[in-house]
Amino acid sequence: MTQVFFDIMAATVILGALGVVLVRNVVYAALFLIMSLMGVAGLYILLSVEFLALVQVLIYGGAVTVLILFALMLTRARELRQKLDGDQRPLAAVAALTLLGAFVTMFRETTWPRDIEQVTVIPFDTIGTALFNRWAVPFEIASGVLLVALVGAIVISMQEEGER
Amino acid sequence: MEVVAEGIPLEHFLVLSAVLFSIGVYGVLARRNAVLILMSVELMLNAVSINLVAFAVYTAPTLFVGIIFAVFVITIAAAEVGLALGIVLRVFRNRGTANVDEVDSLKW
Repeated sequence: MTQVFFDIMAATVILGALGVVLVRNVVYAALFLIMSLMGVAGLYILLSVEFLALVQVLIYGGAVTVLILFALMLTRARELRQKLDGDQRPLAAVAALTLLGAFVTMFRETTWPRDIEQVTVIPFDTIGTALFNRWAVPFEIASGVLLVALVGAIVISMQEEGER
Repeated sequence: MEVVAEGIPLEHFLVLSAVLFSIGVYGVLARRNAVLILMSVELMLNAVSINLVAFAVYTAPTLFVGIIFAVFVITIAAAEVGLALGIVLRVFRNRGTANVDEVDSLKW
């Protein structure tokens, strides 16, 4: 049963990712990105990390994809009917396949620990307590990074005087 | 408590994330549109997150450092995508294109 669920989620992730890099329509690519990222959320549930699955759906399914769709709309990438891939496509495929081969060889050569029997579902409050105690400083720095990035995004995309 | 992922070896998650990462690498190298390149970067970041969470659940279940790291990866990805799309919009307004190979002012 778990194996079937894993297979379904893995197929969703891989097919969505292939859609992102292969389709000819940029809006479809963005929708395939949602499919792939929701598959990743399913994998988090399979790994019994519900908190991350929720965060994944909220941040990626909600915020990031909407941002990307708005950027596609504002850059009018769809109307131009332009070539979406560069001339280096075969080279890119070779590079990606080489990387994949190296990864898979490495995974086969290594013996990984197998103590999955000890795994328990980590409750929300444990994650929250750890996040605000042991990881409080990185947490605050991350919020600072977010603030700076958002202000920076607004400043960068603001219309300047004399532009256009 | 019931373990949901029981019976699936760790390698399955590792190979899946390797495939996802490679697809992202292909997208970054092959696509011309800056927004599509950003989507491929998101795929790569998610591959890394899967790896972090799988290692955390399988090898260090009491510490769950990997899960905390995945939270930070998602945070930084959100910041990165907002900032990068701002830059793409700016480039599009100034140059009339969002294709990375047409923005070549620094190319000698």
